[in-house]
Amino acid sequence: MQEVTAPPRVVPEPMPKKYKSSSELKKRLWRNKLLYVMLIPGVLYFIIFKYLPMYGLIISFQDYKPYQGITGSEWVGMKHFSRLFTEPDFLNILANTLILFGMNILIYFPIPIILALMLNELRGTFFKRFFQTLVYLPHFMSWVIVVSISFVMVTMDGGIINELLAYFGFAKINFLLSPGWFRPMYILQVIWREAGWGTIIYLASIAAIDPGLYEASRMDGAGRLRQVWHITLPAIRGVIITLFILKIGSVLDLGFEHVYLLLNSMNREVAEIIDTYVYTAGLRQGQFSYSTAIGFFKSIVGLIMVMTVNKVSKKIGEEGVY
Amino acid sequence: MVEDRTFSGRLFSAVNFILLALIALVTVLPFIHVVAGSFTTSAELAANKFVLIPKVWSLEAYKFIFSTNTIFRALGVSIGVTLVGTLFSMFITALMAYGLSRKDLDGRRVFNFLVVFTMLFHGGMIPTFLVVKELGLIDSYAALILPSAISAFNMIILKNFFQNIPEGLEESAKIDGCNDFGILFKIVLPLSLPAIATISLFYAVTYWNTYMSAILYLDNSAKWPIQVLLRQIVVLASGMDHSATLDGTVPPPDQTIKMAVIVVATLPILMVYPFLQKHFAKGAMLGSMKG
Repeated sequence: MQEVTAPPRVVPEPMPKKYKSSSELKKRLWRNKLLYVMLIPGVLYFIIFKYLPMYGLIISFQDYKPYQGITGSEWVGMKHFSRLFTEPDFLNILANTLILFGMNILIYFPIPIILALMLNELRGTFFKRFFQTLVYLPHFMSWVIVVSISFVMVTMDGGIINELLAYFGFAKINFLLSPGWFRPMYILQVIWREAGWGTIIYLASIAAIDPGLYEASRMDGAGRLRQVWHITLPAIRGVIITLFILKIGSVLDLGFEHVYLLLNSMNREVAEIIDTYVYTAGLRQGQFSYSTAIGFFKSIVGLIMVMTVNKVSKKIGEEGVY
Repeated sequence: MVEDRTFSGRLFSAVNFILLALIALVTVLPFIHVVAGSFTTSAELAANKFVLIPKVWSLEAYKFIFSTNTIFRALGVSIGVTLVGTLFSMFITALMAYGLSRKDLDGRRVFNFLVVFTMLFHGGMIPTFLVVKELGLIDSYAALILPSAISAFNMIILKNFFQNIPEGLEESAKIDGCNDFGILFKIVLPLSLPAIATISLFYAVTYWNTYMSAILYLDNSAKWPIQVLLRQIVVLASGMDHSATLDGTVPPPDQTIKMAVIVVATLPILMVYPFLQKHFAKGAMLGSMKG
């Protein structure tokens, strides 16, 4: 049976408006005690692995020494942050990060939308399913697998792409080590892995469109392309904007793994981004405070971007993310 | 939708179909090439360039990679981490999601906000590394599981799913003397199998693909999961940085061997994919609902 005993000690405290008395709140809390017990592991997880690291950000205002810890290390104010904007290295990685981000927005972002529109225009459920199954698949492969597959294809010693180039009389290209090929390879891999998966959410919102709209437009003599343009696209406008906001919010967050795997000593000039730099400068070279400052900068920019774009989207009458 | 039988409508359909078929081909061809290449000999691969169905079948590459303990050990680590990690993540995610799904829980808005906030802002790599280190998790398998045990995203999907279960069921169970744990395990979870399956598979795929935690938290190469080994064998050996490969003196492995390792690292996903496929579209849609 449900226990209804009141908690042993009644401490007076300010009453929330919705309860008539504090004892009523206590009763509710006590009645749900098992639910609170259920929250314990999860809450502990978020405190330890999400909120403690946020507290750890204060080492970016210190000269952190591992043996002295956060309490024993010396405070240095904004030293590490001011270093950010004077260091040529940092300005270079910021530029690299922004360029890859720009490619993500300009080249990658529209592709799932177009792909979803194309899939939606497909007649016959079998082929629709079939193509969807195929284009979703790469999303489940890790970046290591994706990068590995592309590496065995473009490598100089026996990669199929270079063999084909040679077959047609072109010079072989060292895709992996030439800085010029880093960005195209990066974005192609992003497209290959994510474009299909990215269609899911668009397809779901297209499925919610009232078929009557299409009927009506056909009566008015609209062709297929016109229907896409005047019915389907406007109907998924909200989803597009929402996803765009999320994308903008992750401006400096391109994902460590993918770039780290493509990075080598020859393409470092164009390939080093904030995340990989934090890893190298922080964990490899032990500049904990400086690289934490970089990470902090990145997180703040991300947060500001999400909040700003969200506000803008609400202003122009869209829903926003939160 | 009614079939469009005009000429322009048919042309549109045909062009669309052909383009999609090309896209689908481009998506799967690289993988077929790798699978086929792994089942042939290096000589055959070098002679035929692009292999889709090997003319000469050979298990040479697989025999080679399984002739040492390295790959068995890495596979063992990945399988273990995937099984334990998925169960553990699922368990604590479900507990938290159920707690937060109950509308009579005071303070749920605060908890929800604290979870969503971690999706918008985080401490980053170094502070997280320091926490993991302080906890003494460096070089332990737990470091591959604990720091990413709950995905806020998955938790919210599951919470939304639980919220849609009619409250009446829970209330009647309560009248029958069931406590909250009983309701969760005997009523809510059995009713949520599609959501549980989706999220378990999301977790399983994530654990199987674990790479970043391994390079951050594991110094001991004996504990590497398969993804790190894959990078060691393919990515590092494909660059010019041969000094970075295992010990610099060994020549880079054959294409067929690299391909075989890729297949081994991908196989489990290919095996769960058919099961996954049924559920994930629904799961991803649930995720798009608001928390």
